[in-house]
Formats: sequence, C-alpha cells, structure tokens
Amino acid sequence: MKPEELRFVETHEWIAPDGTVGISDHAQHEITDVVFVELPKPGRVVKSGEAVAAVESVKAAFDIYAPVSGTIAAVNESVTKTPGLVNQSPYEAGWLFKVKADREEERNGLMTHETYQTFLKSETH
Amino acid sequence: MNRTPLYPLQKQLGARFMDFGGWELPLQFKGILAEHKAVREKSGLFDISHMGQVWAEGPGAESFLNGLLTNDIAALPPQKGLYSVMCRENGGVIDDLYVYRLTTDRFLLIVNASRKTADLDWIRRHRPGGVNISEQPEAAAVALQGPDSPDLLNLLCAPALALGRNGVGAFTIEGSGCVIGRTGYTGEDGFEIFASAENLRRIFQKIWELGEPRGLNLCGLGARDTLRLEMGYRLYGQDLDEDHSPLEAGLGWTVRLEKKEFIGRDALREEKERGPKRRFIAFRPTEPGVPRHGGKLSAGNQIAGEVTSGTFSPSLQAGIGMGYVESRFAAAPLAVEIHHRDVPVSIVKLPFYHK
Repeated sequence: MKPEELRFVETHEWIAPDGTVGISDHAQHEITDVVFVELPKPGRVVKSGEAVAAVESVKAAFDIYAPVSGTIAAVNESVTKTPGLVNQSPYEAGWLFKVKADREEERNGLMTHETYQTFLKSETH
Repeated sequence: MNRTPLYPLQKQLGARFMDFGGWELPLQFKGILAEHKAVREKSGLFDISHMGQVWAEGPGAESFLNGLLTNDIAALPPQKGLYSVMCRENGGVIDDLYVYRLTTDRFLLIVNASRKTADLDWIRRHRPGGVNISEQPEAAAVALQGPDSPDLLNLLCAPALALGRNGVGAFTIEGSGCVIGRTGYTGEDGFEIFASAENLRRIFQKIWELGEPRGLNLCGLGARDTLRLEMGYRLYGQDLDEDHSPLEAGLGWTVRLEKKEFIGRDALREEKERGPKRRFIAFRPTEPGVPRHGGKLSAGNQIAGEVTSGTFSPSLQAGIGMGYVESRFAAAPLAVEIHHRDVPVSIVKLPFYHK
C-alpha cells in the first residue's frame, strides 16, 4: 500500500481505505526489532483509541490502538510467526489486523500522510 | 551530553544514538538482532570509551586494592585480569569492576561510567601513601567480541593472540600503543582494547576496514545488553547497587572472606552466616512474553520481588529475566508481571545461553 493512500493517528498506527491497520515506518524504526506480536480475536468489537494489540520489540512493549471504532474483521497470522515483517514491510506484509469501521467517515477525519509527516517533525523538535 | 572520541566515526557509519547515563552512545547500527547474531557467530565491535579507566600504581598498590576490593588481588598474577566488586563497610556494592594487573605494581581498573565519580571519590579517600591514583585522560576503548575476533586481531596484532582468557598486556597496533585484555561482556571469546583517543580512532578504523569484509558488525548498547543478559552478567544500576550486597546478588564467588581485611568483610561475613535477606534469581516465563526492568515478581498473591533486568533473548528466541526476591520466596512458585499479566516462571541456572 502506498503511504499516501493511508490515514494515520498520533499513536503511529495507519489505516487503509479497506480497514487494514499497521504501524508506520517511523514507528517500526523507533521501536527497534519487533520480536512478538499479539493480535486481537476476529469479531471483537473495538472503540477508536482502545488498546487492541501489542507489539513487543527487543527494547520494550507497545500497545497498538484501534484507529477507528468497528469490528475486527481479520488478523495477519504471518506477523505472529515472523514478527520481523513489521520492521521489513510496515505498509505491506507487516500489517496487523483489519477493522470493519462502524462509520466509514471516521477514517476521513484522521491525518493524511502529509499531515502525519508534519506531526512527526513537531513531535521530535 | 558526553560524547566519546569515536562518536563522529560511528555517526558516519550509521549509528543511531541514545542517552546512556549522560553519554550519547550507539543504540544500534543495523539492528539489535543482527548485531547480536554477528557477535555469537562472527564478530562485533563496540565502543566502550565511556567506561572509566583508573590507574593504581606504586609499591603499595596490591595491598591497597586487596583491602578495597572483595576479590583476591594478591593472588592475581601480572598480565591477568579479574572481576571484582567494591563494597561499603555495610556490604553495599559501590561498583563492579575489572582489575587488570599489568605489572607487579601497576593496575588498571575498568569501572562503570555512571559510577566513575563515586568510585574515584571512594578510592582516593582510602588511598595510602605509596600508591598513585590517576584517571586515564581522554580514555577510549573498544571491545572486539565473537568467535572470529582472534583471527581478525591476528591480522593487526599477532602477539596479542598469545593472551589466554583474562590475559592482559601492552601492545602496538599499526604503530599505536594500546593495552589489550582478552576479556569482554558477551560470553564470547574477544578482546578489549584501551588506548588514547587519537590512537583508538586509528585502531577502530583499521579493525573496521579489515573486519567488514569478514562479517564484522558495528554494535550498539542494544546488542551489548542482550548479549550480557544471556550470560547472566550483572549491570550496575539495575542488578547491582548500594542497597544490595554481592552475596544477595549471587556474586559470592567474588567475595574472598578468607583473605586479609577488606572493606565490607565483617558485614559480609555476618550476612553469610545468617543468610542473605534477598536472593538473585534468573528465570524464564513459561508463556511467550518478555520480562522488563521493574516488573513485579509474585508468589501467589504476595509480592516477592522485582525484575532488575529482562529482555528478549535472540539466541533462545524467548524472554529471559533476572531479579531479586525475598529469601523466604526463593523456593516458592513465582510469577512475573508481563504486560499487566502474571505469567508463571521457571527458575534457571545461569547462564541462560550455552554455546
């Protein structure tokens, strides 16, 4: 997926038009090598901002928050087997789960890739 | 923030830096897992210039250090190194350090960066006449670690290969004088090279130039931590501090109660007789997950202690941890708090990793 087609939240998750969720390239770089991924169960009803998954790196554990409210529609089993995919391919093979949004419009209110880049600059300075 | 003489070179070579107790040191280059693997299978190069280098010299140096440190310095022959702790009167650990005896009257102490000021203060306060204490100005050092390190060093300094485990001596690399010890903090064969800033920059570049084509990796503190933890090596500030004694820390083997008077002996002898209040344990969670520094250790619904160091072991592909528990819980089934959950652990004997 092209980063330009994704929407981002301040906790560094991205969400694609089809509801696929992952963490940003910036986030995977910051947290260092990912060694464990814990994913939600499909069918779970989640609220935006709710911790629904966990990504653990050599250095620390991080909660992954749902960018929108909805229902977990699918999870990426290959990242639980090969956690390094999150580092190698944060926007493709390293996706985490798919959420079926309650309201399609919610995604449109999130940051574009461009806004997210500006946000990152403001966060690190 | 302090920077080592190797900072510019490492920055140029792609280091990502972090704050380590006021020092700006590489966290990683390629990645912690890749660097860890390189050290276990080939070789890795670490900047350890932040560590304090303290010289103790003079005819009284041996007996002075023997009275200051818990291990037996009188039994340490020239050109050998020894790990020891330095305690307060009450047995609390001021620092853990490496003592190299270069000649009969010349010792080099390698101390933790975070403890350098406290150490020097303590050492100078107890220094008798006939012993000169000096801090190495512009101290710089690297650790070359891993199974390929002897062959790599052989290309630069063949005489250093005569060093046995824990051996130390003065050598020359490409015309630059240095001290080399066959020691390290990774559990692998390897060398630690101490030199002036200017000499060490040259030595670092030469090692990298010859090593890179053979699979040498530049390594950061991330890999240094996973490597030392797999071996169960303590880290001062986490596993050791002034509130814990070396006996509690499981470092009884460094405490030679039978030798002559040394600072902390009476307290440690008494503690040994009545048994330490806390025990240092090493453990593995029985479910996937990584224990972290500060995590609770519990026995049933009681708090038993705390994790002092925990990480993901790249060699075991599992979480590993160490910490203190009150002695009365030492034999109880324990659990560790991981991500708001109590996960049962199995106690293991160190090291976690065996070759």
